[in-house]
Amino acid sequence: MRTTITVNGEARSLDLDPRTTLLDALREHLKLTGAKKGCDHGQCGACTVLVNGVRINSCLSLAVAHDGDEVVSIEGLGTPERLHAMQQAFLTYDAYQCGYCTPGQICSAVGMLGEVQAGAPSHATEDVRGDVVLTGDEIRERMSGNICRCSAYPQIVAAIAAVAGAEG
Amino acid sequence: MRPFTYERATDVSQAVRAAAETTGARFLAGGTNLLDLMKLEIEQPQHLVDVSRLPLAQIEEDGASLRIGAMATNSQVASDRRVRERYPMLTQAIVSGASGQLRNKATTGGNLLQRTRCPYFYDTTKPCNKRRPGEGCAALEGVSRETAILGASASCIAVHPSDMAVAMVALGAEVETLTPTGAARRFPLMELHRLPGDTPHLETHMIPGELITAVVLPPPPPGGQIYRKARDRASYATAHASVAIAGGQVALGGVAHKPWRAATAEAALAAGVSPTEAMTAELEDAAVRDESAFKVPLVARLFAAAVRESSGAAA
Repeated sequence: MRTTITVNGEARSLDLDPRTTLLDALREHLKLTGAKKGCDHGQCGACTVLVNGVRINSCLSLAVAHDGDEVVSIEGLGTPERLHAMQQAFLTYDAYQCGYCTPGQICSAVGMLGEVQAGAPSHATEDVRGDVVLTGDEIRERMSGNICRCSAYPQIVAAIAAVAGAEG
Repeated sequence: MRPFTYERATDVSQAVRAAAETTGARFLAGGTNLLDLMKLEIEQPQHLVDVSRLPLAQIEEDGASLRIGAMATNSQVASDRRVRERYPMLTQAIVSGASGQLRNKATTGGNLLQRTRCPYFYDTTKPCNKRRPGEGCAALEGVSRETAILGASASCIAVHPSDMAVAMVALGAEVETLTPTGAARRFPLMELHRLPGDTPHLETHMIPGELITAVVLPPPPPGGQIYRKARDRASYATAHASVAIAGGQVALGGVAHKPWRAATAEAALAAGVSPTEAMTAELEDAAVRDESAFKVPLVARLFAAAVRESSGAAA
């Protein structure tokens, strides 16, 4: 099926088997291998990308269902010469070991801060009727869909908190 | 994943017609549950009707009620200012389930129709009456910690995994659907799901090709609201048990094949007995297995704590 998706600012037209997930379209068809295939079942978060500004698991989404959408993967957030603030913070705070989950962590963190900015409550929010204050508990809860098997969690929280200007 | 054909629905009537006219068709909304199951070949649709872009994502006032479009995402509903103010327990329930990424994609209709997380339903090497009717149930002889204690049968002891649906049942929500003939139906959410009986593969009372278009929340009942959930991890895990309270209305999650409206406990509580006694009465007919026996005292304690908290007696 002919599908056109804007990926990292560029319209890409692909002829896809309907079974192709957004993750496989990015990795196998567009050779954007930043987003990783960890569990392939939406449990680990390594495949997280931003679709129309919202973080989702690209492994649990059919590429053909994203015709006309705007996708930003880790490659589109920043470049080695011009890093996104979240990419720089992960370097500064040493927020990874093996790095496999890192692109998903970073995309997820960027999407998550957008959700906080929009006032979305979480399970860690004291009163869901009130305003959200981004504490360390809030960051940990909101990032629970991203697993890090090297367990770099303290540094990941610190990096995100630094970008958000919140307490880690 | 087995091959399938795909079409994007252009309007609601066309979607239900397409699903009814095509063999092996399923609706695709957020896809977070369906695609997961298709990868495991537990779900094998031959045709997908993508309803995710139908104009059914609005959350709108309807008199004193709030109508939530079936395509509104879980995140959208949980964050909606009116939901947070009038139905805070619904927000609590939604954000206690899944992960941020999944809630951004999963829809209201899809959440209601998600399948069980019973490990034997997922394990295609084991018999399961849901996957292949009449085959038997491996859970009966297997690890039974997360199984149903109310309304189960000799065919199936799986539980419904939704948190959102439990909150909505406690709130007395109604479901709106469109049938393949174009007829609109509206019925209590409590009547959407079935108990397993000897046909656990039939999970709802909807007819093939029928599409959920909205969930309508009536005005909140007077009194406090709270959703409390007990689980193995602090985040991103299904419930051992959960309790939803909206005034005098109570529903339980993680205990049955459907969100469980606790009518016995409601009546007992209204008659003035203690929350623990009220829930003990509700659970009188609980059928436990060795590993699921903990759910009975867990639900009673969870309920007592939730009642205290919702009435402001303790934090």
